[in-house]
Amino acid sequence: MGLDIRYPIGLMFGTIGLVMVVYGFFTGSDPMYQRSLGINVNVWWGAVLFVFGGLMLFFARKTTRETTPKA
Amino acid sequence: MQSVALGGVDYFVLALYVAFVIGIGWVLKAYMKTSSDFLTARGSIPAWVTGLAFMSANLGALELVGMAASGAKYGIATAHFYWVGAIPAMVFLAVFMMPFYYGSKARSVPEYLKLRFDERTRALNSITFAAMTVFASGISMNALAKLLNQLLGWNYHMALWVCSVVVLVYVLRGGLTSAIYTEVLQFFMIVLGFAPVVWLALKDVGGWDRMNETLATVATAPSKLGINERTFAPDAWSSAWKPLLGGPSANPMGVDVFAMVFGLGFVLSFGYWCTNFLVVQRAMAARNMSAARRTPLIAAVPKMLIPALVILPGMLAVSLASLGQDGYRLPPKPIKSYSGIVSVVKATAAESVDPQAAFARVSAAVGMKLDEAKVASLLHDVPTLADDALEYRIQDSVSEIDYDGVILSLVKKYCPSGLLGLALTALLASFMSGMAGNVTAFNTVWTYDLYQAYIAPKKRDEHYLWMARAVTVVGILLSIACAYFASNYSNAMDVVQLVFGFVNAPLFATFVLGMFWARATAHGAFFGLLGGTATSALFHAFTLAAGNAPGIKGGYVGVLSTFPSEMAQNFWLASFAFLVCFFLTVGISLATKRTKTDEELKGLVYSMTPRLADDEKHWILRPAVLGVILLGCCVVLNVIFW
Repeated sequence: MGLDIRYPIGLMFGTIGLVMVVYGFFTGSDPMYQRSLGINVNVWWGAVLFVFGGLMLFFARKTTRETTPKA
Repeated sequence: MQSVALGGVDYFVLALYVAFVIGIGWVLKAYMKTSSDFLTARGSIPAWVTGLAFMSANLGALELVGMAASGAKYGIATAHFYWVGAIPAMVFLAVFMMPFYYGSKARSVPEYLKLRFDERTRALNSITFAAMTVFASGISMNALAKLLNQLLGWNYHMALWVCSVVVLVYVLRGGLTSAIYTEVLQFFMIVLGFAPVVWLALKDVGGWDRMNETLATVATAPSKLGINERTFAPDAWSSAWKPLLGGPSANPMGVDVFAMVFGLGFVLSFGYWCTNFLVVQRAMAARNMSAARRTPLIAAVPKMLIPALVILPGMLAVSLASLGQDGYRLPPKPIKSYSGIVSVVKATAAESVDPQAAFARVSAAVGMKLDEAKVASLLHDVPTLADDALEYRIQDSVSEIDYDGVILSLVKKYCPSGLLGLALTALLASFMSGMAGNVTAFNTVWTYDLYQAYIAPKKRDEHYLWMARAVTVVGILLSIACAYFASNYSNAMDVVQLVFGFVNAPLFATFVLGMFWARATAHGAFFGLLGGTATSALFHAFTLAAGNAPGIKGGYVGVLSTFPSEMAQNFWLASFAFLVCFFLTVGISLATKRTKTDEELKGLVYSMTPRLADDEKHWILRPAVLGVILLGCCVVLNVIFW
């Protein structure tokens, strides 16, 4: 099928990750982080999602390059 | 249930997910040229994608919620639904059965039955399957709308319709491919959304060993938390096999080893994974035969590990409740409406009747078991409480446990805004993709096995593509109707599910004989299946689980035998239905003539089909080799958690 599912997965998790990191960065001192045992879980987990999204995009891009002949 | 407030960032994550699934449908629209593109997606999707979709089609939200509930109720033995009740069947499907599904020209599982036997068996299977998918998706959407209503305070009807419309939009545009792609998205969403919650809970408890220590104290007196009236050996929650080997009285499931291994591990699990079109359809969409056979094998890897995300939360919740961490308790059953209750409580408090009579009055008004001490202190405090605080206290005094709320209670406890949006989106995603999965299986069976077969054969393909789209809309509307039905008549719904259980229990016997015994005849298959179904119904009518009253739970004709638990009754029912179907099919087949020639059975029956040449580059990638490796890993897991 023409759509490589890794592009949407990568884009979506990359974006969510970025938003969570930024949000976590600006809310670092918010008391709501008591819930997550004092850990700023948005920054950490957001970073994980961002890296995951990035990897998905990287591999999708790699496949696309390998399969499309050079112009 | 106290509702939680979503922040802007949470809504953003939710909206982004919805935008992506609709976007995927939008892009895929261009590729939907024929009814086959839309309904079967045959030959187009890589194996890792179909594999994850195969797994995640079954990882619906009800499964997520239900497995955490069972994790709390039964502990790590719940993992048998994965290690015993899924992996062997998935390997069997890949190695032995997939060649016939993919190799025959069948576009669906019922169509295979027609090619192998005759129209009767196909009609029976396709009609029950179509009805089942619609009911299943209705039940799950009802659960979703209720959950959004309780948790976020959204309007029930709005939640139901909005989610259905989202599903409708992307399925209508991208068909099965859309459903499969969003299932992959959902898979990552669930893994990435729940992993941090589980990790935080585990950290809060104090690690794996600490959890097992607490579970040991729970097991010796589970009634303290209101989980079970009996007492068990300390390892009943933390060992997978030892409590089972001690017999039904030694484990909280109330199940013996034979029922577990034969009933669940063989009959129910093979019946589901190897014959249910909802999952098999994903494998049939794979790029080629070898990708189709690898699909269940790829699915088996996450399937083996997913208990860490879905069962562990339940065990952690019990552990947390036992430690009383920050006042955490297992969630009480939600009170649906406080109207009537509040006034009774106020009146009772004002009249100052004696404590026991007061407790009885409040209990009767709520209609659930309550905690006596909490009710007493509540009645004492009534004059000082505002209405919403009063409602909160009434809810808090309910002592019946809402196991299905366990996973959400953890999400609420540990997720700050941001992560909360991610976890809730994961849950919502699994509900919606569950509906999409059911609808895409339904529209295929309807279009090919009912409409084309019996109503309008020999039309042009455009007509069937049109029909497939139209019936997608119909399928979603029917699901919504079923959701309303389920919310109004939950008893009727139990009956419907019961009947489907009867139909499914013997199914694997029909398939296994059909595929591996050329002598099995059409008469044998049809009457064997009917006989097996009748056996389940009779079995149910004459047996009962301990603690249940005769009625919908069984024994309404007479109680010949009593089982220690509903689960045991269920496993034994399936075992009997399977055996009756198996021997009836064999007997009738031997007594009747074959109607299909050897040539017609080519590609449909093992002995008539030339052996497949494995075309994998490395011997290690052959399905049989991979299957053995997976089974080996599964054994290792069972030994580790013995």
